[in-house]
Amino acid sequence: MAGKLKAFLTGAIVPVLVLAVWEATARAGLFSPIVLPAPSAVAIRWWAYLLPTDVWNPAAQSWLAWALSGELPSDAAGSLYRVLVGFIVGAGLALPLGLLMGASESIYALMNPLVQILRPIPPIAYIPLAIVWFGLGNPPSVFLIALGAFFPVLMNTIAGVRHVDGIYLRAARNLGAGQWTLFMRVILPASTPYILAGVRIGIGTAFIVVIVSEMIAVNNGLGFRILEAREFMWSDKIIAGMLTIGMLGLALDTAVSRLNNHLLRWHRGLEH
Amino acid sequence: MAQIVVERVAKIFHSRDQEVVALRDIDLEIARGEFVCLLGPSGCGKSTLLNAVAGFSPPSSGTIRVDGRVVTTPGPDRGMVFQEYALFPWMTVAQNVAFGLQMQKRPKQEIATRIGQLLDMLKLKEFRDRFPKDLSGGMRQRVAIARVLAIDSPILLMDEPFGALDALTRRNLQDELLRLWTEFGKTILFVTHSIEESIYLADRIVVMTYRPGTIKRDQRVALPRPRDPASQEFNELKRELGMLVMEEQQRHAAEEMQLTTAD
Repeated sequence: MAGKLKAFLTGAIVPVLVLAVWEATARAGLFSPIVLPAPSAVAIRWWAYLLPTDVWNPAAQSWLAWALSGELPSDAAGSLYRVLVGFIVGAGLALPLGLLMGASESIYALMNPLVQILRPIPPIAYIPLAIVWFGLGNPPSVFLIALGAFFPVLMNTIAGVRHVDGIYLRAARNLGAGQWTLFMRVILPASTPYILAGVRIGIGTAFIVVIVSEMIAVNNGLGFRILEAREFMWSDKIIAGMLTIGMLGLALDTAVSRLNNHLLRWHRGLEH
Repeated sequence: MAQIVVERVAKIFHSRDQEVVALRDIDLEIARGEFVCLLGPSGCGKSTLLNAVAGFSPPSSGTIRVDGRVVTTPGPDRGMVFQEYALFPWMTVAQNVAFGLQMQKRPKQEIATRIGQLLDMLKLKEFRDRFPKDLSGGMRQRVAIARVLAIDSPILLMDEPFGALDALTRRNLQDELLRLWTEFGKTILFVTHSIEESIYLADRIVVMTYRPGTIKRDQRVALPRPRDPASQEFNELKRELGMLVMEEQQRHAAEEMQLTTAD
């Protein structure tokens, strides 16, 4: 317990120091608040961003709905929604294709050239085409996020299937497993460590792409909000938005890593 | 009639610029219920022969028959125990043991009963919900044995199953295997490079030569079980087989030396 507290305090030294210097320079008037607002101003702005704008009217809505009616919760929900839908579409297509490409030489030979050509194109480069194809709103954003999630999951799934130790296949065949069982009960679980690593990278990419896509195609979400704040020169709100993006990203990554630990509880590499 | 019949089997591996004759002119008959050890130094093709009988890697020429049928694919009539255990790490002990029975589409109730019996028999009851990574090497090999016993194959193929275990665990599992063998009357083809292990276990020891792998000696072991490794007869046989294996080992070493100097 004392060790944990000590570790926490040690970890807090540098951030606290940075905040103190930042606050001091801002108060001393070294920078204009537009260039670099004080951390206290950012905190106040973040709080205002979080709180509901209207007064609570019990007749019109529940307390919870009211408490979450502020700009920040709805922006965060909008961004998260796009990430999840886009990721599910992208990973949902990548996983079966990756399994097929990993398991079959001929499908790999057919599909790999196209994959290799398309893979290096950053999802951001699809923005103009995404708008032409899907117009504005969620569809182009979901498309870009799906692209961002697709390739990491695909590449890792292929690698995962190819790295399945042949001895498991021999053991399963020896015990009487047919092709389908071999695939579902041996190849798929044996490649989960790779697939989940791809999922983690894919979620990370999806999160980058959602912020960018919100800057061009939609009118809510965290990416939209920080760009909007720039037009009013509200630097404190920009930074408040950025911090929210950081926290949401951390929460998402923690959730995926928890899921990993649960699904891979059989895996040797996780022995701590 | 013999249960396993190996007839004029040869196996040739091709690599980039050379071919290796792993097996040549192998003729072998194994009767139902017999415990046979394949003995020889590494590289003598004993595992190659076992894999051919298992159906993983068919011979280049010649045939292998089991109960009169030519072997072409792996099958649950020939259960295999691997040196590296080959347990499915994502399944618990009970799930591993259940796998083969599920492949045979047995009723759930029957599978549960059978798993219970097998885990009891191999002293694994407390470990049924553990994953293989949490077990010692000896425990893992017990699970692997339970897994093949579950499918009740008449033939057990064992590829240096105890090679990676410490001496005490090894002796313990050897005794366990003999007990199971007596109880179930299975035919066992067991690969080892340990002379002592082969004398301790086998009815017959087939000594193989180093490249090309041929049968150098087919030795019947008539000592009554349980065998005492300290007894005079045991040690006379051990010395005799030791000389045979050592000749092959030296050819192996000499060839490796030659390869190293050629590089």
